[in-house]
Parts: sequence; C-alpha cells; structure tokens
Amino acid sequence: MKKYETIIGLEVHAELLTETKMFCSCPQKFGGEPNTRCCPVCLGLPGALPVLNRRAVDLAVLAGLATSCDVATQCKMDRKNYFYPDLPKAYQISQMDLPLCRNGYLTIDAKEGEKRIGITRIHMEEDAGKLIHDPTEGTLIDFNRCGVPLIEIVSEPDLRSAEEALAYLQKLRSVLLYVGASDCRMNEGSFRCDVNLSVRPVGEWALGVRTELKNLNSFSFTARAIEYEAARQINILEAGGQVLQETRRFDPSSGKTLPMRSKEDAADYRYFPEPDLPYIVLSREHISALGATLPMLPDERRKRYREVFGVSAYDASLLVSDRSMADYFEAAAPLTAYPKLLANLMITDLMKLNREEYFSCPISPAHMAEVADLLGNGAVNSSTAKKLTVWLWKKDQSPRTLVEEKQLSQIRDESVLRSAVTEMLAENPKLLADYRGGKLAAAKAMTGRVMAKTEGRADPLILDKILKEELSRTAHL
Amino acid sequence: MKTLLDRTLTEHIRALEAREYSSLELTRAYLDRIEEIDSEIGAYLFVNTDEALKQAVASDLRRRRGDTRSILDGIPYGAKDNLCTKGIPTTCGSRYLEHYVPPYSATVIERLAAAGCVFLGKLNMDEFAMGSTTEHSAFHPTKNPHDPTCSPGGSSGGSAAALAANEAVFTLGSDTGGSIRQPASHCGAVGIKPTYGSVSRYGLCAFASSLEQIGPLTRTVSENATILSFLQGQDPRDATSRSAPVDSREHTIALHTLRIGLPRELFSKDIAPEVRSRALDAAHMLEKLGALVEEVSLPSLTYAAPTYYILSAAEASSNLARMDGVRFGRRAEGVRDPEALYCRTRSEGFGEEVKRRILLGTFFLSRDRYDEYYKKAFRAKLLIQAEMTSCFANCHLLLSPTAFTSAPQLGIRESDPAAIHRRDLCTVPANLAGIPALTVPFGKDCCGLPIGVQLMGPLWSEPLLYKVGEELERIRAKEWGGR
Repeated sequence: MKKYETIIGLEVHAELLTETKMFCSCPQKFGGEPNTRCCPVCLGLPGALPVLNRRAVDLAVLAGLATSCDVATQCKMDRKNYFYPDLPKAYQISQMDLPLCRNGYLTIDAKEGEKRIGITRIHMEEDAGKLIHDPTEGTLIDFNRCGVPLIEIVSEPDLRSAEEALAYLQKLRSVLLYVGASDCRMNEGSFRCDVNLSVRPVGEWALGVRTELKNLNSFSFTARAIEYEAARQINILEAGGQVLQETRRFDPSSGKTLPMRSKEDAADYRYFPEPDLPYIVLSREHISALGATLPMLPDERRKRYREVFGVSAYDASLLVSDRSMADYFEAAAPLTAYPKLLANLMITDLMKLNREEYFSCPISPAHMAEVADLLGNGAVNSSTAKKLTVWLWKKDQSPRTLVEEKQLSQIRDESVLRSAVTEMLAENPKLLADYRGGKLAAAKAMTGRVMAKTEGRADPLILDKILKEELSRTAHL
Repeated sequence: MKTLLDRTLTEHIRALEAREYSSLELTRAYLDRIEEIDSEIGAYLFVNTDEALKQAVASDLRRRRGDTRSILDGIPYGAKDNLCTKGIPTTCGSRYLEHYVPPYSATVIERLAAAGCVFLGKLNMDEFAMGSTTEHSAFHPTKNPHDPTCSPGGSSGGSAAALAANEAVFTLGSDTGGSIRQPASHCGAVGIKPTYGSVSRYGLCAFASSLEQIGPLTRTVSENATILSFLQGQDPRDATSRSAPVDSREHTIALHTLRIGLPRELFSKDIAPEVRSRALDAAHMLEKLGALVEEVSLPSLTYAAPTYYILSAAEASSNLARMDGVRFGRRAEGVRDPEALYCRTRSEGFGEEVKRRILLGTFFLSRDRYDEYYKKAFRAKLLIQAEMTSCFANCHLLLSPTAFTSAPQLGIRESDPAAIHRRDLCTVPANLAGIPALTVPFGKDCCGLPIGVQLMGPLWSEPLLYKVGEELERIRAKEWGGR
C-alpha cells in the first residue's frame, strides 16, 4: 500500500459576542422561549431592512488582527440566495468577493515543531434559525438565532492530521476568546466547524478530490470524522476507485461519514451585492485603534510564562489555552516566590475544582499565591496544599490563618515523627513481619499509616529518613 | 363655486386653520367621494373608513386645544398598497399577500401620522409594482378618471387615479423605474421620484432596492414640495437613507441663468409626436423667459432600458424569495415537503408578470450568466451615472417627455414585453443614476388626455426642480388656463 497524506482545510463559524443581532436590535443571546427574540427585520417580513451592527464589524476586525490578517478598509455585504425554512429572507447576508479580512495565520504545535497554518479569509454573515422536529406537531421553526452575527474563518489546506486540526481549532478558539470576539461555546453552537478533506500519495503534488464534512459540533467528533474520512478515501483509492466530490455528514453513533449531497446537486447561490447596505468603510485609524485594544495573545503569553516564571512548556500551554485561567495566573504569579508551583497547583488542583466551561475561580489570586508560598517554603506539604485549595474554593480566606487555626503546618520535628513511627510499628506487627519477609510494599503502607496519624502533615522527606532509621534499628533486635 | 374636494392642499391648510371646516368634515367629504366614485375608478384596495374618521376627530381635538402636530394635521391622504401599514391589509396587489396584515408601519406612514395626517386607505397597483398600467393588479384594474376606457398608468396607478378623481388630497407612490412619474403624467398629476436615499424605504415592500424611492403625487408643484419635506430625512432603519446636504445652491439659480439640456436620446422617434412637442413647447417657453436651452447627448442612455430590466429583475428575484409560504401570506394546502410548498405557493400566489421577472432575474444572477448579464448591467449603470453627472457639469437640469404616450387604452395585451420595457426609456435613467426627477402636467393630447413633462437634475436638486416645475405651471396657466 502506498503512503498517503491527508490534506485538511477548516471552515469555522463563530458567533460574535455582541449585545444585539447583526442587522436589527433584537438581543443576541442563546436560548429563550422560541420566537421571543425576533422582529420584522430578522423575520424577513416584507419591507423590513437590515442595518449593520458596527460592534459586530469591530469584533470581526479584532478576530482578523489577532490572526495576523490584512483588514480591508472597504468591503461589502452580498446576498447568498437559497430557499430553506430556517432562512426567512430566502437569502443570507454574507460576504463573497470582498471579505473583511484576508491572508492571516495561526501557529500550532505540530509533531515536527511549530507550524504556521494559513488563514485565507474571515468574513461576516448572519446565522439562520433552528428547525425543531416534533413527532406530533411536525417541523417547527425557532427564529431566535436568526440574524445572530457570525464570522466564518477559512483556513488554507495546511493541516495534515486530526491532531493538527484539533491543535488549530484549540488555538483559534483561544484566540477568539482572548480578544472577546466570541464565547466559542460548542455545545451552544456558537463555534462550529466544517472540514474540507482530501488525500494524496506522499510525494505527489496535485491535490486529490475533496469532500466536505458538515457541522461537526465537538472537537472529538471533528477528530473522529477526519480519521474516518481519510481512511475511507484511502480505501477507495487503494481499491482503484475515485473519490466523489460531495458534502458528507458525520454520524456520531456509527462513527461514519455519510453522503449528504453531491457536487451536481450543489446549489447555485446567485450571489450579488446586498443593495440594502452601503459599502463598509473602515479608516486606518479605526483599525489601529482597535488593534491597540488587543490583549496579549496566547503565544506571547506562553513564551513569557516560560521565560519569566520558569513554567514548563506543557504547563504554559495549558494555562494559556483559556484566557481567564491565564489572566488568573498573571494576577497571582508576581505575588509568589514560587510561580512554577502556582502553575502546578492551578493545573492539578484548581482545574479539577472548576465546573464551568471556562476557568472561574472564587479564590483570590493573592490567596493562591500564598498557598504556593506555603508549599514552596515547606510550611505545608502537597497533600495539605490540595486540602487548602478545596477549603478556599468553598470559602475564600487567608490560607496562612487557616494553616495556623487548623494546625496544618508540616511536622518536621524529628522527635514527634519518631514517636509516631514507633507507635505505628507497635500497632502493626503484621506490616513489620511482611517487611521483614521481603515485601517492600509494606514500607509504603507504613508511610501511609504515619501520614494518617499526622493528618497528612508529616514532612515526607524527614518521615522517610526516620522510618528507614527505625526499621534498620529494629532489624537488629 | 369650488366644492371642498376641488380645493388645493394649501387651501385646505388655510381653511382648517381658519376653522372654516373641520378635518372630520373634510375626511367625510373624501370618504363620501370614494364611496360615490371608486366602484367606477377602482383606485382603492382598502378604505380605512372607521379609523380615518377617528383620526379626523382626534385631529380636530388637537386643533381645538391648539396643539396641532404640523400644517398637515387633519389632511386626508392615501398610500400605495406596497407601503406597510400596521393593522391594515398590505397586499402589494398580489394574491400572495391577499390577507396579509403587517405588524408595523413604514417610516413614511409613521412620519405622516406624526404630522397628524388622516389615513384614507390603500391604493391599487400592479402586482409588486411590476407593470405600467395597473392591469397587473391581482384584484382589479384601475380606470383613468380622465377617460375610464384608459389606464391610469402604473405601477402607482391607484395613487394617480385617486388624485385625479378627487379621492384624496395627496397620495404616496413608489417609483422603481417610473412608477410614480408615468401614472402621474397619464392622470395629470405632479409626481416626483426623489434623490435615492432621501426618503426611507423602511416598510416599502421591496421590488428593486437599489433603484426605488417613495414619493408624493399631488395636484400642484408646491404641494408636492410640502409633502416631500415631511417624508425626507435620514432614517436609522434604512442604511441607504441620508439627509440632504445643507447647501442647496441650485435653489438660487435665476431663470435667466438657467441652462436646460434636452437629451437627444429621450426625444426618440418612437415617442408620440404630441408628447414630444409638449416637451419641446415647455423648453421653448422656458427659453423665452431667459433660460438657455440646448440639445445634449447621453449615448449611454441607449442601454438604460435593458440595464434597468436586468438589475430590477435580478433584485426582484431575491427580494420576492421571502414569499415562500412559511411565515406569512399565502400557503399552498396539502403539501408535505418544503420544496413542494415553495413551488405550489409561489405558483398560486404570483401573477404572470411577476413570475416572468422572477424567472428572468434568477437567470441573470445564475453562476453561468452573472458576468454576461448582471455584472454587465451593473457596469452600464455606473456608466450612465457617470455620463449624467458629467452632463450636469454643463447644464442645471434635463427636460424630456415623461412617458412615450398619453394614457393607453385598457385591455391592450401586448405580446412583446421588450417593447413595453423600451417605453420606460425616459423614466428609468433617473432611477439608475439615483437622481431626482419631477413630472409636471403640461397640456393635453387631441383626446383631452393629460401629458407630462419631466425635469431631471443632479443629486439633491429637488428645490431647483420644484422651482422650474412651478414656472411650467405658470406657463400652463397662461397658455391653457390651468389645464
């Protein structure tokens, strides 16, 4: 069998985080009683006219600047015409030949190191309504989502595997979150992805026939769909067949991609310039003023965490993957002498306590910095530090006071630890016998018993030393 | 002795102020007139009797309290049926919208309500404003009050006929390619297609968004200017609307320094000789008063009619796609899948002319034809705009016939749509260029049917058009005693 490579380009739709819809003043919010957030404009009633939401344009510009795109000083909206019950005007206001942003890129971590993924374009458009299939009532339509502002981010076919595609999606999502362009909630449909995929024998230059995989609403579906589809295409080629250019959907229950429509059935959208909206003109000054509001982006932050705070590459990547977590780290890190430990605590303990989609921690950064200090200077051990974060999560207070009140500081007094060890050995003759019998695991169990006796406060290094001493001493008895 | 209905807007305004009669009396007089004559004329599709009387009473009350809303407070008017009116049927002359009642009112309707006007009802039109005789109304044709065997023109035929039959003080129409000016010309009314963007289109059921404007039809030029001043102005709900620039220097041009161009292309041999000679008469008489009249040539106008038909059909095919049977209007019975719903509903709901234009427009925009038709027409439009702009560097305004003929007989079924379209030659350039164009009645033909003369000027030149229009009215009064 020949060796194949997979060529992937992604089209991501992200809802923009505006107060109101793209072309009317209806609120832009997820959910709500069906058809309570609509007006003549988003319902496409006769005579209603769209008026562009300038905030949506600004957010789209921010997304473009954050992905190193060229932002057009002049662009226009177009009509994409097709009939569908969830599309009230029977056309979607979108952008065809003059998109707002072009020629950007994102950097991802690939197997061979850092890799730049090109972004062909970012354009603005409006979302459609939602069809609800009801067994008794038939098909119903909810227009609350209709007219919600979207950006479509089209990548170059620069991705070569499901892993790269996921890395790109995660990077894109974190960048959009950083600039506040979108809340990127996949479960609410505010971040959706279509995949264009083809395969070709390694070494060949020409691209193979591609298929488009539609509406993949989770990262794991995206990865599974890519893997299945690449294998499917390779099998066809290996069997001497030809891949058909078509649109396919992913069926999560079977893990397969299934045909939706072929190229022949592809609609002619009859694009033409939207006559109800004038050209969108953005001054250079306005674009640079927006650029000045951009926060520090994940790549730059990650570099800073490694260089300034000595955080490991892996931890730094995790911290920057979520802007609120990165912001939290940046607020706490300068307050502790042990930023590396702070990063560990956040990743191992706080991330587990967080139940929100995005990091949201009730502990003040100053208190978390104190926990890192207590751990760093040996005042508490790591199991106490874990306990502290759980308590603080429930009730934010000074960890130092808590340690004093609950007498949680580490026991480093050798005489106290030695008596605890002797006591333990007296109580557990069987463990001792096992140990003597050559069962090394018994030593571990003995450490655990002493830890339990001291409520986890024993300094592990000192305890280890004393236990060894006591065992070798009793051995000679 | 003039009856109440023979009076002009200015006279009504004065009489209401002097309490000579009330808005209720005036409104009743118009409602009675509609009741008496409209079964014969067929100008109205809906008469707002009860509401209109209530509005008149409210207006009279305001007047007694001394808090009238504007000089128009208490003046009754009618509007073309493609202007949305909250709670009042808005059919666009189509079976598709036969029972449609909009939940909101067009900006122009709101503005006139805010001015205190009394709303008499909705006026007949060619379906979705596509046509030039009002015979494409899905409900009934409208007759020309000057000769009931003739058409009032179209598509705002109801608006022009209602005015000519004294069924309203003024009316509103919409003009996509001449739909205000041509019927005004056929019915002896003054009509204007204002500068594109000067009147909000919010609530006007769209036919061709980039070309159309709402405008008033009135008996006199000064009335027209008065009504337009209430309609104009930027509207936050229409992104293409703008306020007039502050300086309107055109207004100060004295007649003896005025340069008038006669575009050779708009005096085509296909135009009825009587109609052409009325326009030439108008030019000569203005010349006698000191204006400089010269023939000009705008070669790109040769392409105006096809350009107009391609662009308007393309936009219409998209604008009318929302009539899909899903959310409002007509819905075909007994269909299961969406595809069948669209096909059946639209086949049942639309008339032949509308279907023809939707099919053409869909063709013009299709992937394989776009460059050949839409794109080319779009470029032709820019060319026409540029040519007209440079023409206005040499003359202040252009004078031409409004329509090719006086009002045509009803019931003449023409087989060649392209021939019908060519007859819009004089009116479509103003829509393509976005410039204002005014038609003023100027004499009659041998059968006594009115003939209009058209004045076109650069963007925002309405004040100049009105000024010269009034001059034509004075000449007409002198020559034919006001006829």
